[in-house]
Amino acid sequence: MSDIPLVAELRTKFGEGIIDVNLEAIDEWVEVTPQVLVEVCQFLKQAEGFRFDMCNSITVVDYLHTDPKKAAKVDWDPHLEVVYHLSSIATKLTLVLKVKIPRWKNGVEGDLPTVPSVAQVWATADWHEREAYDLSGVNFLGHPNLKRILCPDDWEGHPLRKDYEMPMEYHGIRNR
Amino acid sequence: MATLKIDDPRVIEFDVRTDEMLINMGPQHPSTHGVLRLVLRSDGEVVSDVEPHLGYLHRCAEKIGENLTARQWIPYTDRMDYLAAMNMNLGWSLVIEKMLEYDLPERGRHLRVIISEMGRIASHLVAMGTYGLDLGSFTPFLYGFREREKILNLFEEACGARLTYSYLTPGGATADLPSGWTDSCRQFLAEFKEVIPELHTLLTTNSIFVSRTAGIGVMSAKMAIDYGCTGPVLRGSGVYHDLRFHGEERYTEMYDGYIFDVICADPETGKYPESNYEFHGDSLDYPEIPRQAILGDCWHRFYVRMLEVVQSVRLVEQAIEKYEATSGDWGKPIRLIQKLPVKEAYMETEAPRGQMGFYVVGDGDSIPWRVRARSSSFCNLSVTAPLCQGILLADIPAIVGSLDVVMGEIDR
Repeated sequence: MSDIPLVAELRTKFGEGIIDVNLEAIDEWVEVTPQVLVEVCQFLKQAEGFRFDMCNSITVVDYLHTDPKKAAKVDWDPHLEVVYHLSSIATKLTLVLKVKIPRWKNGVEGDLPTVPSVAQVWATADWHEREAYDLSGVNFLGHPNLKRILCPDDWEGHPLRKDYEMPMEYHGIRNR
Repeated sequence: MATLKIDDPRVIEFDVRTDEMLINMGPQHPSTHGVLRLVLRSDGEVVSDVEPHLGYLHRCAEKIGENLTARQWIPYTDRMDYLAAMNMNLGWSLVIEKMLEYDLPERGRHLRVIISEMGRIASHLVAMGTYGLDLGSFTPFLYGFREREKILNLFEEACGARLTYSYLTPGGATADLPSGWTDSCRQFLAEFKEVIPELHTLLTTNSIFVSRTAGIGVMSAKMAIDYGCTGPVLRGSGVYHDLRFHGEERYTEMYDGYIFDVICADPETGKYPESNYEFHGDSLDYPEIPRQAILGDCWHRFYVRMLEVVQSVRLVEQAIEKYEATSGDWGKPIRLIQKLPVKEAYMETEAPRGQMGFYVVGDGDSIPWRVRARSSSFCNLSVTAPLCQGILLADIPAIVGSLDVVMGEIDR
């Protein structure tokens, strides 16, 4: 549970950087711009009274309907959401941070969108970001060692994208 | 005087240097707990760098979750941490219940405590046994598996499966415990309590075991937190954090009214909580901490697991009492095609290996839009590289074994 002082403090400190706050959600979340992400994380980790010392998970959610009929019904444009679940061992608080990014950089298909890496803030983010890069195709800028972690190095595509298609074969192994 | 010619290759040995070697360990190495592959850079016996390579068991369970309903995905959670499948079921069930704002009946709550704590005992027994195996002693493995077998028999009686149970479901459990189950469980606990001191003599105080683990792979509390280590690995470094106490309300209320300790050494005094363990009417003291042991080393991580088993026994004993005292519904599973709201929920539970988190995003359909499993072993394993720098080659199995990883959960 994050409380209101935290949001107020974030708002005064980062102003325009805080895009949206949802306190009605099951897990309250704060949406920030990619530009201020690292600073926000550093602040959350160090701020007295909050101390989000643990980055529990980094998830990328792909918002894309491949079916045009379904796509017409929803009120969002295709995008990716990078979701950071943070918690604190010192204060037992939890918080969800979100960053919205386009599905492809500058709309060029195949060009991975970028988000600044928070591996410098929490060491555990190193592997989480590698996994997110591997499975969802997000380029974490400033990551010390951004390469695939679960899929083989020569795997093509990012399986957790909604428009991903399994390759027909991989080194002579039939997949479909 | 004749000058010494050193063309003879045998003479050069006085200026010999060992070259750096790349050593491949795994994925079939028995002490890598499944299919973990480590690439070691070593100079003689000293390891300078370790790089874990994962993914040999990768099935992209998260993608499968985007094609199945919430209840259909339960068997896939079984196959993550297959040594504690009940606890995986529980984590997934709780997050779906959180999303649906479903409250479990009282009887179901106690049933879950019994089942998940029994799962923890079974998992820690394997951890103990395989850790002995890693360090070259085969006997503890047999002792651990003998006791675990009895738990599996109980689980089989309850749900029909021995490894992948799919027993706890969102909404409750697939069935109530069969009649007479609690009596068999009580009998098991009584027998098991007799064995615990035996297990301790096998490894905890064994001098070879102590010299292989004490003072090896020391991880500071700060490092453990920074690398996202959880569970016994975190508590072994002296961090007082257990989600059964400090987690979300939806999870901690499951343990409302239960008395148990968080097993964690006080970083100031280095002392563990007092033993509340009764053995033939007397309180049995825990084995003493060897003087070579340093807080945060392999021995402490192992010790935390051994003591947690006792706490789980305490919990199951209390849970059986409470379960029998409550009547009524144990909680029926949700419908197979239960629609999920347009919401998202994240929930972590204290699985035997650490904090297992599930994140689910619903879009109004019965099939989730996105499913994510935050694996405890995955984060615990990420600490191997910094932990294994500058150590001896033979200590690698000791360190990896003390993290107690399950590859099914790491690769998902």
